[in-house]
Amino acid sequence: MSLDLDTAVPPGRHTHRAGHEPAPRRARRTSLTRLDLRYSPYLYVLPFFVLFAIFGAYPIVYTAWIALTDRSPMNATISFVGPDNFVELITNDPQFWNAVYNTLGMFVFATVPQLLLALLLANALNRRIPGLTFFRMAIAMPIITSTAVVALVFSVIYGRDFGLVNWGLDLLGVGPVDWRASRLASWFAISTMVDWRWVGYNALIYLAAMQSISKDMYEAASLDGASRTRQFWSITIPQLRPTIIFTVIISTIGGLQLFTEPLLFTSGSGGLSGGTEGQFQTITMYLLDVMNNRFRWGYAGAVSLVLFILIALFSLINYLLARRISSDR
Amino acid sequence: MTTTTLAPVPPAPQSRHSSERLWKGTPLTWFGLVLGVILSLFPFYWMIVVASRSNDAANAWPPPFLPGGNLGENIGRVLSNTDANIVKGLLNSVLVSGTITVATVFFGSLAGFAFAKLRFRGKNALLLIILASMMVPIQLGVLPLYLLMAKLEWLNTMPSVIVPFLISGFGIFMMRQYAEQAVPDELIEAARVDGCSTWRIYWHVVAPALRPAAAVLGLLTFMEQWNQFFWPFVVLADPANPTVQISLRTLNSAYFADTSQIFAGTLIATLPLFVVFVLFGRQIIGGIMEGAVKS
Repeated sequence: MSLDLDTAVPPGRHTHRAGHEPAPRRARRTSLTRLDLRYSPYLYVLPFFVLFAIFGAYPIVYTAWIALTDRSPMNATISFVGPDNFVELITNDPQFWNAVYNTLGMFVFATVPQLLLALLLANALNRRIPGLTFFRMAIAMPIITSTAVVALVFSVIYGRDFGLVNWGLDLLGVGPVDWRASRLASWFAISTMVDWRWVGYNALIYLAAMQSISKDMYEAASLDGASRTRQFWSITIPQLRPTIIFTVIISTIGGLQLFTEPLLFTSGSGGLSGGTEGQFQTITMYLLDVMNNRFRWGYAGAVSLVLFILIALFSLINYLLARRISSDR
Repeated sequence: MTTTTLAPVPPAPQSRHSSERLWKGTPLTWFGLVLGVILSLFPFYWMIVVASRSNDAANAWPPPFLPGGNLGENIGRVLSNTDANIVKGLLNSVLVSGTITVATVFFGSLAGFAFAKLRFRGKNALLLIILASMMVPIQLGVLPLYLLMAKLEWLNTMPSVIVPFLISGFGIFMMRQYAEQAVPDELIEAARVDGCSTWRIYWHVVAPALRPAAAVLGLLTFMEQWNQFFWPFVVLADPANPTVQISLRTLNSAYFADTSQIFAGTLIATLPLFVVFVLFGRQIIGGIMEGAVKS
């Protein structure tokens, strides 16, 4: 067993060697060293696993159990109901599917332009231009704002009566839009909040990857007469493939958890309902609605699990899509 | 989509392509960058405009475009708002983000060092668990976690938003990546031959070498925790003891939407991170970019 022998000299060998230290003391030190070598690594990673077991793994397992019961603070006894919660959720809960529809819709609305804009911005940042640090800082600045701040500021910008966007539309001769009233308008407004915060961040990630592409490829392509647009699509995008896949997956995981922006898009209490008809209620909002307002805990467990499955599923789908789209054609 | 205009234009047909020419910014590059900067910065400017206006001016048509003279008054109003408790929220946020940052950096570097430089059985399996844990959204366990907090009697207190997040898988991964290339194996072996214990090696050899990565991890963690919303929203339902983000939520849920006061609140909530960004923006950006290349 060659376990943890990091030392040049295996500790066992020490004992056979004649030294001038008194034998018992030397033996004690050696066994201490051995203990140290063997167990220190576990000790150093242990804190993470203790916390994860209590606050990560245990709740997940418990969610799976609770989803099979009708547990509620309003029920005196808890009974096992098997898959009933899942059956109801999937076959007989239009509000849940409405939330799924909204979440996926806003995810597409937000993510596609977000990653495209980030790519183009990164491409612009990758030029030899003066003031590069300034541009990078300015474009990255939105990441210091919290989602709550973004939501509050944009809620006013998208105000129906005095909002900036409606004022701009008015200048163009377009009538005011009630941004909270319809599905499409609210999706659009909320997606721009997400995009504003994340485009710069993704642009930085793309920029980093672009800088590691060899400049020779571009020069060769340019000698062959390839235009810059052509170079962008035929060199940059395929070379960025792993990075694009990475950002797509991160955006999927984050996008399907969308919560703060739609919650704070309505002022007053009761933001969890996501508009008068639930036109921008997301899955996470629905989850808290079930948990805190209807007190159907077992059912909330089922919602949690299905949300997780959806995230995993769409991460996989988007992974395959991104791999395909950004591949060498 | 009009945005495609950002793509570079074809170069003029000619025989000599110097590399200088190939990487020069075109007018479109400039147009795109300037537009990007304006769109990125405008909401910050707008925050200042509305926060410095009276409510009547903030709700006027056309909307105001220049700052007014009511900033002090609006900030005073939001600080003394007894529903939102924003001063308490700020102090709590400092406590929460600060504690988590220190713990994440310490435990992250310790575990990252173990994963990068020490040999032990089951290392790869443990690393895989950490990686998997990073993919799990908090929503999956939110109800049991909430019940656990209730049982521990941590609801509406800061431990509920601190303790579960003290150590992050991301932190361990980042420090492991950095330790792998920043700490030479020979250095550790030399220290072993000199009779250093593993702890002494960590403290005197590894920790100093990890300092640059630790700084970046600390900055990213602090920013992330300062901006945390979902979980605090679940466990800090009582507005008397909020984090600053929850104070903002309380401001927004008032019956009468006091726009200039809300904006003064968003300004206060963003200011600490603005200062951090001005001082350490280069490190933060470097950290984001470096993480991207390695992942």
